[in-house]
Amino acid sequence: MTAERPHLAVIGAGPAGLAATLAAARHGVRVTLVDSAPEAGGQFYRQPARELGARRPEALHHEWRTWERLRDGLRTHQQQGTVTHLTDHHVWLVEQHSGGFTVHALLGPEQTEPAEVRADAVLLATGGYEKVLPFPGWTLPGVVTAGGAQAMLKATLSVSGRTAVVAGTGPLLLPVATGLAAAGVRVAALVESADPRDFVRRSRALSAQPAKLAEGARYAAQLARHRVRTLIHHIVVEAHGTDRLEAVTVAALDGAGHVRPGTGRRIACDTLAVGHGMLPHTDLAQGLGCRIDGVAVHVDDEQRTDVPGVWAAGEATGIGGAALSLAEGHIAGRSIAARLRGVEPEPHGWAGAARARTGLRRFFATLDEIYAPPAHWAEQITDDTVVCRCEEVTGGAIREAVTGLGAGDQRTVKLLTRAGMGWCQGRMCGSAVAGLIGCPETAARRPFARPVPLGVLARAGETPAPEAEG
Amino acid sequence: MAGAACALYASRAGLDVTVVDRGPVAGGTTGAGEGNLLVSDKEPGPELELALLSGRLWAELAAEPGLGAAFEYEPKGGIVVASTPEGLTALADFAAGQRAAGVEAVSVGPGQLRELEPYLTPDTAGGVLYPQDAQVMPTLAAAHLLRASGARLLTGWNVIDVPRGADGAVRGVRTDRGEIHAPTVVNAAGTWGGEIAALAGARLPVLPRRGFVLVTEPLPRRVRHKVYAADYVADVASDSAALQTSPVVEGTAAGPVLIGASRERVGFDRSFSLPAVRALAAGATRLFPFLEDVRAMRTYLGFRPYMPDHLPAIGPDPRVPGLVHACGHEGAGIGLATGTGQLIAQVLSGKVPELDLAPFRPDRFAPAEEDA
Repeated sequence: MTAERPHLAVIGAGPAGLAATLAAARHGVRVTLVDSAPEAGGQFYRQPARELGARRPEALHHEWRTWERLRDGLRTHQQQGTVTHLTDHHVWLVEQHSGGFTVHALLGPEQTEPAEVRADAVLLATGGYEKVLPFPGWTLPGVVTAGGAQAMLKATLSVSGRTAVVAGTGPLLLPVATGLAAAGVRVAALVESADPRDFVRRSRALSAQPAKLAEGARYAAQLARHRVRTLIHHIVVEAHGTDRLEAVTVAALDGAGHVRPGTGRRIACDTLAVGHGMLPHTDLAQGLGCRIDGVAVHVDDEQRTDVPGVWAAGEATGIGGAALSLAEGHIAGRSIAARLRGVEPEPHGWAGAARARTGLRRFFATLDEIYAPPAHWAEQITDDTVVCRCEEVTGGAIREAVTGLGAGDQRTVKLLTRAGMGWCQGRMCGSAVAGLIGCPETAARRPFARPVPLGVLARAGETPAPEAEG
Repeated sequence: MAGAACALYASRAGLDVTVVDRGPVAGGTTGAGEGNLLVSDKEPGPELELALLSGRLWAELAAEPGLGAAFEYEPKGGIVVASTPEGLTALADFAAGQRAAGVEAVSVGPGQLRELEPYLTPDTAGGVLYPQDAQVMPTLAAAHLLRASGARLLTGWNVIDVPRGADGAVRGVRTDRGEIHAPTVVNAAGTWGGEIAALAGARLPVLPRRGFVLVTEPLPRRVRHKVYAADYVADVASDSAALQTSPVVEGTAAGPVLIGASRERVGFDRSFSLPAVRALAAGATRLFPFLEDVRAMRTYLGFRPYMPDHLPAIGPDPRVPGLVHACGHEGAGIGLATGTGQLIAQVLSGKVPELDLAPFRPDRFAPAEEDA
């Protein structure tokens, strides 16, 4: 019964991918949902490992009812045979050919065996990853990313460490600080670099999203309850320790974004959770030749990329959180369902989602301006600070490539210093390198979204699909 | 790379040099290359003579204090492997011709091959070792040669015209950021050399020939030489526009193994091609079975500056006084850069170039040939 339905492959089972899967499946499309995690949910609805037997996983999540609705919808469609959910599938390439698309994946966790899915259309809901800017001492054990700390909380329901500092910039720092405090960690300080005057200046844009303001107020109350000291317009200038983190030095910023001399103070801690916002995952889109605007995948009102047959939704098209991802995913699913049946879609059918999308995009554009890293953050990187951890390239080596060898962009610095050539392919250090050069950050071209064994690559396209083809 | 080498040798010959590039240092084909300095893939003739001269000059530069280490010069030698007895016979004939032209080429049996390359497939008929083959890291080489030249470097300056005087001679270049006056303009624009020539009113048929390179995760040294299959030579010399791949495998100083080489004439198409990269992986794993489980980290592509007879354009353009070409080296631009730079410097300082430039004449193509 489902064999004659057009077939959509959705990459990513976070909010955007799930919303699109359900919308498309409800409207006559057979969907294969491909995801790297063992359970659906993505980063936002990350589930505690089953063996932990969590009784109240919702304690760490908001929007739990939305998640239950998505989860139940997925189950129903799986039972009906309209949706296939492939877990532990790590996609390294989406290939376009005359017959449509082939999604090339590696089976986890070893990622040595291939799996392939052939489809008529593809939705890229690949999400985002954390942006971290380096500073002296950031490679010490005990320094973790803010998102990493949160993921650890959600997946294992616990964290190591007794005293933590949460630092950087962005709305993610709030749930991380409150989550750590709720898990019994003493949060010595929440260090946010944003300038409070920017909040005042943009208060009108922010107040257009009352739900988001209420969420912020809820976090503020929790911080107060746990007696977390919040240092606004401050940054961590150095992490101290010999074998592992023992303390951090924080300092105030002046109006121009420089560190204010004489304001440094030391805070003892064994954990530093640091984050500077998120960046979209655009590798698969770039492999398909999709247009990229700055660092995000370009899409139209229907969430279509400029490559026919390829849609994108969620953080991949610009960072905007779970609610925006749900709206975009829903619109993409509806558009795909219509277009795969050869019908012109009717946007009034998703008018609510479109309204939510407009408002949330505006709200997050404002947040982006407020939570930008301080203008002169790169001054904190000393010449011996390791910037690219994979290839152990220092700030000094990058500065030398710029001033001594004439490099003025990320690619040339990479070629001259190897910064960004290692295992993470510059996902970790790309922002830092751009900051040190003083050039705008761009999405690097990575045709392989993850490393692929040469034996798998040599036989790509020859693996039978894991299911009957329609 | 060719421009950097021209700048270095011209500066050392006493000329005042300004280097203009619309992109960054090594932003064109140089940054997408493997850095091969090869004699092994060249048949006797003018290109081989240029390769032998260039190889000597690279070794001299590498011996200068700090320079060799800075651009990761490795005189590691190349090995060409034949998989069949017929292939080995053809390879032996080819090597004999090269030997007569001054190339060191040592025939090695299958057993000896495994001693030279312990991880090589046992399924070979034999091969030839070329001790003169070497490698550099091309972006570092271009950047360090430019720095050593002391030339004025203007990156991000886009040449939009090559103005000429009443006598027809070039007067310098006009860029989007200002005019630079010079009695001589050296066209070292590689794959885009035809565009610069056209700005000066001369036709030069340089065409892009796309190539992919695969880069593996860093490994302890398991591939010691540059190792390639004998059919590589035939592919290099081919005029076909269709996709050709022949495995070229080599370790690097930094750890990753580089795998080339695909060739296809598809214009300046920057899109990823799974068929090309798949063929590279298949060829490499046939030569070195251990690579099956090694991960490819990334792949990149570049456009070789291809000329219809596979020879570069080097020397003054008789059609436009003051215009000198140093481009069209196809896939051998890094290797041939030093010799090219030396010859250009000799021409510019009024000396007799040490190689005959007639085979490299920029006006050697009849119009009919130009659309080949």
